[in-house]
Amino acid sequence: MKPFDYVRPTTVEEAVAAAAQPGAVYLAAGTNLLDLMKGNISRPDRLVDVTHLGGLDRIEHLPDGALRIGALVRNADLAHDAEFVRSYPAVAEALLSGASAQLRNAATVGGNLLQRTRCAYFYDTASRCNKRAAGSGCDARDGENRSHAVLGWSDSCIATHPSDFCVPLVALDAVVEIEGSNGRREIVLDELHRLPGDTPARDSTLEPGDLIVAVRLPPAARGFAAHAGYLKVRERTSYAFAVVSAAAALQIENGKIKQARLALGGVAAKPWRARTAEDVLRDVAPTADAFQEAAWRALGDAKPSGDNAFKIELARRIVVRALTLAAAGTPARLPPLPASPFASTSGALHV
Amino acid sequence: MSELNLTSAPAHLRHGSNIGQPLTRRDGILKVKGQATYAADNHPPGMLFAVMAVSSIARGRVTSLDVTAARRHPGVVDVMTSDHKPPLAIDPEIKTNPFVFRMEALHSDEVRYANQPIAVVIAETLEAATEGAALLAPHYETLPALIGLDAGDSFVPPVVGVGNPTENHRGDVEAGLASAEKRIEAVYETPPQYHNAMEPHAIVAAWDGDKLSVDMPTQGLFLSRARIAELFGIAPDKIHIRSPFLGGGFGSKGLMSGPPTLGIMAAKLVGRPVKLVLRREQMYGPVGHRAPTRQRLRMGTDGEGRLTALDHHARTVSSTFDDFYEPAADASHTLYAAPAIRTSHDAVRVNTGTPLFMRAPGEATGSIALESAIDEMAWACGIDPLAFRLKNYAEVEPITGKPFSSKALRACYEQGAARFGWAKRPLQPWQMRDDAGLLVGWGMGTATFPALMFQAEARAAIRRDGTGVMEIGAHDMGQGAWTALAQIAADGLGLDIDRVEFKAGTSDLPDAGIAGGSAHTATAGAAIHTAGAAVIAKLADLAANDERSPLFGAGNAGVIARSGKLFRRDDESRGESYAEILARAGLAEVEARGTGAPNPASMEEYAMHAHGAVFAEVKVDPELGQVRVTRMVGAFAAGRIVNPHLVKSQLFGGMIWGMSFALHEEAITDRRSGRIMNANLAEYHIPVNADVPPLDVITVEEHDPHVNALGIKGVGEIGITGSAGAVANAVWHATGVRVRRFPIRIEELLTQL
Ligand SMILES: Cc1cc2nc3c(=O)[nH]c(=O)nc-3n(C[C@H](O)[C@H](O)[C@H](O)COP(=O)(O)OP(=O)(O)OC[C@H]3O[C@@H](n4cnc5c(N)ncnc54)[C@H](O)[C@@H]3O)c2cc1C
Ligand code: SF4
Repeated sequence: MKPFDYVRPTTVEEAVAAAAQPGAVYLAAGTNLLDLMKGNISRPDRLVDVTHLGGLDRIEHLPDGALRIGALVRNADLAHDAEFVRSYPAVAEALLSGASAQLRNAATVGGNLLQRTRCAYFYDTASRCNKRAAGSGCDARDGENRSHAVLGWSDSCIATHPSDFCVPLVALDAVVEIEGSNGRREIVLDELHRLPGDTPARDSTLEPGDLIVAVRLPPAARGFAAHAGYLKVRERTSYAFAVVSAAAALQIENGKIKQARLALGGVAAKPWRARTAEDVLRDVAPTADAFQEAAWRALGDAKPSGDNAFKIELARRIVVRALTLAAAGTPARLPPLPASPFASTSGALHV
Repeated sequence: MSELNLTSAPAHLRHGSNIGQPLTRRDGILKVKGQATYAADNHPPGMLFAVMAVSSIARGRVTSLDVTAARRHPGVVDVMTSDHKPPLAIDPEIKTNPFVFRMEALHSDEVRYANQPIAVVIAETLEAATEGAALLAPHYETLPALIGLDAGDSFVPPVVGVGNPTENHRGDVEAGLASAEKRIEAVYETPPQYHNAMEPHAIVAAWDGDKLSVDMPTQGLFLSRARIAELFGIAPDKIHIRSPFLGGGFGSKGLMSGPPTLGIMAAKLVGRPVKLVLRREQMYGPVGHRAPTRQRLRMGTDGEGRLTALDHHARTVSSTFDDFYEPAADASHTLYAAPAIRTSHDAVRVNTGTPLFMRAPGEATGSIALESAIDEMAWACGIDPLAFRLKNYAEVEPITGKPFSSKALRACYEQGAARFGWAKRPLQPWQMRDDAGLLVGWGMGTATFPALMFQAEARAAIRRDGTGVMEIGAHDMGQGAWTALAQIAADGLGLDIDRVEFKAGTSDLPDAGIAGGSAHTATAGAAIHTAGAAVIAKLADLAANDERSPLFGAGNAGVIARSGKLFRRDDESRGESYAEILARAGLAEVEARGTGAPNPASMEEYAMHAHGAVFAEVKVDPELGQVRVTRMVGAFAAGRIVNPHLVKSQLFGGMIWGMSFALHEEAITDRRSGRIMNANLAEYHIPVNADVPPLDVITVEEHDPHVNALGIKGVGEIGITGSAGAVANAVWHATGVRVRRFPIRIEELLTQL
């Protein structure tokens, strides 16, 4: 392995200062970063270990009704926080549908947001990949690409963002708090991840040295708790990335949808907020026709980037199903197979 | 030795007879505590770490390696390349016997497949060796790679599997098809699969002059030793291999391959012990895999639903430099009583590591195609799939006409179907839904695997203190040889199991043959059984000829051995202990050897196979196409069951693998480069716990007097066969969609649902 510096700051200021030098990266639980380093995909000169920073591992209820999740909160701790599950069931479900129990115990909120694509050509250093080596080309374009993007892709990159967690977060207008060399700022999660355009090497809008310190769910996000869910189709029952997933959240009053939130996962380089679909669902009854219409809108701009046309049809069906399930009401308890089409079947013990 | 201490007697020990008891693994506690020493756990003093650099192209030539950069890296001791390596005694490409696997030992700069070893970096630490390997930054001259089942002109290989004829036939298939009332023709495809044992291939090699010590997981201690001996030009008795535990092998640790050879060469080059462990992705190339197949099946039936003909053709691939041909079509030889059968194979050469035996080689790939086709044929006839199979039940082996040595398949069908509730299955597909609206389907498949025997030898001794020793270079791949073979040893020696020192897993013991072909328990067990009988006979001779013994003169009546004593067969009140006999004879111990081998006469006369019936239930999301297996029942008849507990584990594992074959497993090869794009356990999908449904295994009583003295048929591989087809057929029954390309993918269901 390439030699690198390892520093372990204890304050956010020290961390940001330590990460200012070129070649420095933050290390959280390392479940993604260390794999990338072992495979020579990432070759940092310095690791700034953020896991000892004080105060970033808290879940705080803010006076205005917002929820602030520290960047170091472990995925599993968040997903098993009873109050969190009640208020943001789709987010908890998405978290629990990701990776494995062991990985979720380690993985952090910040790391989950910034995990890199699972495009096999990105991982394979012998392949050309614009994301790994800017300007080298994209071997996925004419390669084995049945799991690649159908929305927002460009000729220079067709990769998807793999996070489940981000999908309901983006639907609920989550805000990312960032500490950088110029101090603190915040952006909505929808603006964190970038579409590839001509510069796929940059996954996010963060500047070098920017540290995510927290993710905030605004007060309105609670308003969807009664009608929310996450649905993830995958190639085995657990421990697989989404082929396509969707988070749906509704506010229903007097038999009509007051507000709808919809986002898709596994379809683009970012968690895909489907605002045009949300628009057609405002002030209509939660009917199958309305959901079909929303699904067509959500995938209106979709086009295959390779052998993946099926993902467009699959995404439409997932949207319809996710909206249907949300309209039926959030189940009283998280199912034993969270986000699975088989969630309702009994007898599942292991996820 | 004893290089291994099994900590305790196994749980649930019942004294008296040993065979047939469901003992837990005797090595279980060691494993749970992390005290079982696997090959890579050995760190002899002065040991260095070796890391292979592997090619990223599939065809061409290495034109340069930056050896200087690698050497300059701190901690790197040496870099072994085709220009700088110790010589081998023979060309590693020469096939001195049919079990030689051609390997890359850095003897050329030619590249024949992706992940081929092209250099080895040896360093003080694993990290330094790893970085050294990365710094080599190879350059290549790249040629277009041959990829896939249509890569080039096909040819008919001389043999398939291990010496099986490429083509077989009985009766007139074309006439049978022409006269058929109903016909089907279907083409099925199976992907390349990789063994992916949990324990990667590993070796710790240490030279001491011309003596070589090797820690290495192997399913064939003696084949490996012979191969190492010829490669390095040393006598086999100078080589000591320890392989007490394997973290799975599934065929990939059967024959000596390139990577462990490179570990031994590296140790020779640097004059220090060296450890070389494959990274997971490096296991996708030089250590074998299951070749892809495309199989065309044609069948016809008469008006009653009886087969008139069965034609099974399989296309497969081998590497450009060696020959192993997945004998997929041979699966059609034994199960269904068609009066006319033809099986045939052809192949193309591609840029891949050479395919190899992988758990049920040929049987698994052939079974999923055959069982799917039988299901399609039954449907075409409008007959229940079980009724159809019974209608075409083979009373004699269809391809040879030989009687079966034993065949309790009818009982398997009956008991399995009853346990599963098969009688309630609607004939039509797309009929069943659960409360949640998921489609439900039921499918079945017939399992079969030949009952093979290889050659083995064992040494038995009874010691003065009345304890026994059984020595055999047998292999525990996790299947439980330490326990099952010790049970046979204990019975053979007439001792309780905790009075027997059972030695296995090293190359200084008698040759146990290979652990493969589901034949290890039968073969090693037969050798143990005869060695035990021989040593008891010697002991009995001592007593019967000694007038001071209560057994004096028992020669004709015979004796029986039990719990450390010999008794007169005709009068059990007369007997004495082993210890007394040896004490009086003034002997420290008596010893004897025994062998296990196939019986040519019964092979000539009988067809010998294990059988089974597997029933599966799947649920399919009607809009989203995701599939989940929710129930499986397997009923298997495999002769004598030495240890029901271990046998169930083997059958469970096989059934899970079968469902993996139908729904999950596939190596994805880049269509241009020939590199495998999912060479890791995150992306090469195998079932996880949530995929594994409640499994029910029934072992059906079966006595076989012909297969071997103990009546054992073996259970290591049969579980995959039948299971894969059962799951595929259940998917059809749930959806009405027949997917013929495996694994069954979401998109194929999605677009047709
Ligand atoms: C086998 C496997 C299966 C998986 N399956 C799924 C799945 O199904 N669904 C899913 O959503 N995920 C899945 N994951 C991904 C997993 O969720 C991520 O690896 C994990 O969330 C990353 O968190 P971490 O703390 O380990 O991040 P690290 O690996 O430590 O870091 C990841 C990246 O984030 C950066 N980073 C970390 N923290 C911060 C911060 N506070 N500020 C700025 N930058 C930061 C790091 O520099 C690095 O670039 C899987 C992972 C594996 C290995
Ligand atoms: S799709 Fe993107 S990540 Fe994948 S190879 Fe192309 S550029 Fe790289």
